[in-house]
Amino acid sequence: MSTLCFIVDNFKEVIYLSWEHLWIVGLALLIATPIGVVLGIVITKHEQFSSRVLNGANILMTIPSIALFGLMLPVLAIANMGLGKVPAVIALVLYSQLPIIRNTYTAIKNVPPYLVDAGRGMGMGKWTLLQELEIPLATPVIIAGLRTAAVMNIGIATVATYIGAGGLGVYIQQGIARVYPEMILSGAILVSLLAIIVDGGMALLERIATPEGIKVQRKLSQ
Amino acid sequence: MITYDSVTKIFGTGKDSVTALDNMSFSMPKGEVVVFLGPSGCGKTTTLRLTNRLETLTRGTITIENQNIMDIDIVQLRQRMGYVIQAIGLFPNKTIAENIAVVPRLLGWDKERISKRIDELLRLTNLEPELYRDRYPAELSGGQQQRIGVARGLAADPDILLMDEPFGAIDPINREEIQNEFLKLQAKLKKTVAFVSHDIHEAIKMGDRIAIFDKGRLIQHDTPEIILTQPKNKFVADFVGSDRALKVLGLMRVSNVINRKPKNIIQGAALSQEALNFLDTNGFRYGIVIEQNRPIGHVTQKSLKYEKGPVRDVAEQYPIFLREKTSLRDVLSSMLMYDNATFCVLDEDKHFAGTVTYNDIQKAIKAAYYDETEHAENEVSS
Repeated sequence: MSTLCFIVDNFKEVIYLSWEHLWIVGLALLIATPIGVVLGIVITKHEQFSSRVLNGANILMTIPSIALFGLMLPVLAIANMGLGKVPAVIALVLYSQLPIIRNTYTAIKNVPPYLVDAGRGMGMGKWTLLQELEIPLATPVIIAGLRTAAVMNIGIATVATYIGAGGLGVYIQQGIARVYPEMILSGAILVSLLAIIVDGGMALLERIATPEGIKVQRKLSQ
Repeated sequence: MITYDSVTKIFGTGKDSVTALDNMSFSMPKGEVVVFLGPSGCGKTTTLRLTNRLETLTRGTITIENQNIMDIDIVQLRQRMGYVIQAIGLFPNKTIAENIAVVPRLLGWDKERISKRIDELLRLTNLEPELYRDRYPAELSGGQQQRIGVARGLAADPDILLMDEPFGAIDPINREEIQNEFLKLQAKLKKTVAFVSHDIHEAIKMGDRIAIFDKGRLIQHDTPEIILTQPKNKFVADFVGSDRALKVLGLMRVSNVINRKPKNIIQGAALSQEALNFLDTNGFRYGIVIEQNRPIGHVTQKSLKYEKGPVRDVAEQYPIFLREKTSLRDVLSSMLMYDNATFCVLDEDKHFAGTVTYNDIQKAIKAAYYDETEHAENEVSS
């Protein structure tokens, strides 16, 4: 109850921090998506790089976020950007790569080979084939990758508070420092809420982006 | 015309290499359906895929209208040939209209022309344009989908159609129907069709010519009649099956063997004893009863023996009548089924046109295999 009071009392700040949190995650996703999707498509056409790229993205995931911030600090400090939103966004972009690349790669690979064969046989070039067949069929799975990345990043962005990136992590960090349980709980609940909302939004996007013909196919095969 | 000259295709390199086609040469005449026939792994599909360069030649040349396919831009080459595959391969994210429009759009046709062409093709393949244009492939049955597959192959009106077991995945009843439709279509369009199949029945039905492959070699390239009556070697004979005489019958029609002026005709008004006398003096066991130029039945010496009235009251009716177009295979089947060695043929006005007897059919088969038997005797004597 007192947690609810805290949120109501600091409503303006809550909105501001939530917005800041979303902004960091959104910007990171906006940057990460084209990189990840392009890389994912490129490795389907140049299979020899696929395991290296996917392993690279995998390794990135295993670095703890605090360690990653620490590692970037001296490098970015040269440009006077060691702290704040820049390293936070960069870290989130890096973490997003695995789900985006992996989903794009799998989705394109899963386009039935006979469809690609039919397209090639009719004289479709690589680009036309990507545009008219492979990408439309892969889109729902690619968006599922973005969804994973977004939800995951909302969690990681909380930690970015420690390098002064702001966001809802502020409540958790300060709550711990001040031994103020209502504040910690508010932060945690709000982050979860944000994650649930974003997840729902992305699910909706996934459904919208599914080509009509595929929806019909799914419905009929049930 | 498509000409294959010493075509060789080797997959892989070194120890793991597999020779899919070995020095294969033949040519496909313009406007004909050539069926590439053989067991799996014989090179028939490879030949097809080399033609539109989905596979790359190892050695040899393929020419289309005297133009080497390697000199033609790969995309243009493929757009010049319709491609229909067993898996159908309609794009599930596109509507039927959009699927048919793929090649015309690649060729840059304007919207109106494409739209007209879509309606035209849908009608050609017996699908109502208003009903099907905006549906998705998933909403259609397998047979309907492959009709669209054929329509898509024909969309830009290519001279050549490459079909890779196009009707293989369709259930037997629908397959029969879609094969017939395609034959009708082909009679109108006269495309040069390369048709891959592993089914000898389909090959006989669809092919103007059949090219039989085995282990990457072309064994025989001939008309279905010649393949069936004069198989070049044991492989071909085995492949077409020991029932090849029956298959030849499938190719022959009543019109090939009809006896238009049979002598054992009896008018229905004749009296039974007259008729019996007529059959007896001419040495016929069997008579066909005709009234007003329509066959009303048949009589035998035995059935007439104790009868007095006109023959029409004695005549036993025929269970079925034949048409000139009926295949001899069906005729023979009817003969076995109804235990009747003679059937009457009717013309368009249902008038008597002649008869077909079991003996006529047997003679026709003997004649078809005459060359082979003679050949065999020569071999023995020499």
